[in-house]
Amino acid sequence: MLSGTAIEVSNLTKRYGDVEALRGVSFTVQEGEVFGLLGPNGAGKTSAVEILEGLRTPDSGSVSVCGLDPQTAGAKYKYVMGAALQATALPDKMRVHEALDLFGSFYPQRRGTQELLQRFGLEEKRNAFYSQLSGGQKQRLALAMALVNNPRVVFLDEPTAGLDPQVRREIYDIIEELKKEKKTILLTTHYIEEAEKLCDRVAIVDHGKVIALGTPRELKQRSGAVTRIIVRMAKPETNGALGNLEGVTECRVEADDYLLYSTRVPRTIVALVKHLEEQNNELVSLEISAPSLEDIFLEMTGRRLRD
Amino acid sequence: MSGILGNTWSLTLSRMRLAMRNRAFLFFSLITPLAFLFGYGELSRRFAPGSMPYLLAMVLALTIMGSFWGLSVQLVTFREQGILRRFRVTPVGASAMLASSLISNYFLTLPTIIIEFYLSRYLFHMSRLGNLLSVFILVTIGTVTFASLGLIVASVTNTMQETQIINQIIWFIFLFISGATIPFPKLPAMLQKVAVFLPATYLVSGLQRAMVDRTNVTDLGAYLASLVGCAVIAFVISAQLFRWEPETKAPRRAKLWAATAVIPFLLLGVWEMVNGDLRAHAMKDIQSLQEPYSIERIER
Repeated sequence: MLSGTAIEVSNLTKRYGDVEALRGVSFTVQEGEVFGLLGPNGAGKTSAVEILEGLRTPDSGSVSVCGLDPQTAGAKYKYVMGAALQATALPDKMRVHEALDLFGSFYPQRRGTQELLQRFGLEEKRNAFYSQLSGGQKQRLALAMALVNNPRVVFLDEPTAGLDPQVRREIYDIIEELKKEKKTILLTTHYIEEAEKLCDRVAIVDHGKVIALGTPRELKQRSGAVTRIIVRMAKPETNGALGNLEGVTECRVEADDYLLYSTRVPRTIVALVKHLEEQNNELVSLEISAPSLEDIFLEMTGRRLRD
Repeated sequence: MSGILGNTWSLTLSRMRLAMRNRAFLFFSLITPLAFLFGYGELSRRFAPGSMPYLLAMVLALTIMGSFWGLSVQLVTFREQGILRRFRVTPVGASAMLASSLISNYFLTLPTIIIEFYLSRYLFHMSRLGNLLSVFILVTIGTVTFASLGLIVASVTNTMQETQIINQIIWFIFLFISGATIPFPKLPAMLQKVAVFLPATYLVSGLQRAMVDRTNVTDLGAYLASLVGCAVIAFVISAQLFRWEPETKAPRRAKLWAATAVIPFLLLGVWEMVNGDLRAHAMKDIQSLQEPYSIERIER
C-alpha cells in the first residue's frame, strides 16, 4: 500500500565544468515504490542519486527525502536512508562481520550482524577480509551495509554493474525481498531487464534529462515501438504478401526467418494463419517479441542504451 | 553506541585493528624505532653508559614524529580508494573521522614507547628514568601534534605521490635539523637558526630535558603550549579542509591555511632567538654523551 511521497526531486541541475550532468531533472517516488533511473553511462543517473544521498550539492533545484533535505538534515537524514554506492570500497583488511558491526554502531537503531550475514548469504564469509571477497560477495556486503540501519529509503547505484548473470540474479532476488518489505528503493541501472523486472516505475534519463517516465508497461504502450513477430515457414514466401497482412508495418527477411513488425499482434497472427492455409504452407516456428525499454530508448534517442 | 563520541570510539577501535594487520605500519611504527634504539643503545653500552637517557629521548622523538607519516598516507589512501565516501553516507562526520585517527595513533604509539623504555632500562642498563610525568605529557601531546600535522598533509595533497613527496621533505627536515639524529649543538649555526622554528626541535629538546635533567612539566610550559597550539590549529584546519571524495581537489588557499599550523612555533622561534635558553639546555644535556657511567653508579 502506497501512503505518500518518499522522494521529491524538482528541477535539479548540476554542472561539472563544461559538462551539464543534470538539466532540470524532476520526479517523485512514492513510499514503498521501487523506482528506476534508466539510462546509458554518463546520462546523469549517478549525479542525481548522489545528490539524493547528500554526497553532492545541486547547482539549482530541490530534493526532499522523507521530508528532509539531504544537504542540511545531517545525521537525522542518515538515520532514514541507506545507500550502496557505485564507486566505493572498504579497507582490504577489514573482515565482513567487522564492517557490519562498525557501520551498525553508527546508528541508534540497527539490524543485527548475524541476521544480515544470514540474509545476504555471507555467513561463511563472516571472517573473510574484504580483499578476499568476490565481486558478487562485495556487492552483497554493500547491500547488507545499506540496510544495517533498517532505513526507510534505499539508494542502489548500479547494484549489478560488472557482475555475471548468475550473481546479478541473486541481487535481483534480494531487491525483490526488499520490495516485499515495502522499502522505498531508488535504483540506477543501464540494464533493461533489471529495470523491467524490478521497478514499479522507471524514468529514462539521457543527457541529463528525464525523457520518459512511467511504469514499464505504460512506457511500452505509450511508445510507438512495435511488436516483432519472428516466423519460420516450411516453404519460403516470395511474393511479399506477408508485408500486407493486417497490422504489419514492416516485413524483413533474415536467413530463414521473416520478421513482421506489427501494431496489432492478435489480428496479424489470425491473418498469418489464414494466409498459410491459403498458400498450403506450414508454420515451423513463431516467436513474439514485445517492445522492450531498450526499443523505447532507441526510438526516443536513436541510440542503444549501451552505446 | 552512536553519537559523535560513540562513532569516534567505534572508528578508533576499527582503525587500531586495521593498523595491527598492516605490515607497513608494524615496520615503520615498531621495527624502525626499535632499530634506532638498538643502534643507539649499543653505542651507549660500548662507549658511554650514562648517555642512554639522552639517546632514548632521541628515539622517543623519532617514534612520535613518525605519526605524521602514517596518518597522512592512510587518510589519502582511504580517500583515493573511495573508502571515505562510504562513511560519508553514514552519520559519521569529519571530526569523528579525524579524532579517531589521532586517538588510534596514540594508543598504537604508547606500547612502542613503553617497549623502548623497558629495553633501555633492562637491556641497555639505563639507570635514570628521567621525569616520567614530563615524559608522559610530552609523549601524549607530541603524538597528537605530529599526527595532526599528518592530517594537515592529507588535507592539502591531492594524490598519494604528492603526499609522499611532502612527507619525505618534512621527514628529512625533522630527522636531521631537529636534534633527533644529529644533536642540536652539533648542527651548523645556520641550521640551528632554522631549527628553532621547528616543532620537532622542541619535542626533542623537551624530551632530552625531561630525561636528562628531570625537568618539570611547568618548566616545559612554552614547549607544551606551542605543541598544543599547533595540534589544535592543525586539527581545526584539517576538519575544515577535509575531503571525502577522491576527485575533490584541495582549494588553492588550502596550503596557506595549513601553514598557519606552524604559527605557534614561529612565535616560539622568535622568542627563542631573542630570549631563549634552548641552546644552553642542549649544550648542557649533550654533556651526558660523554658520561662513561651513569650518575647513580658514580654516586654509589
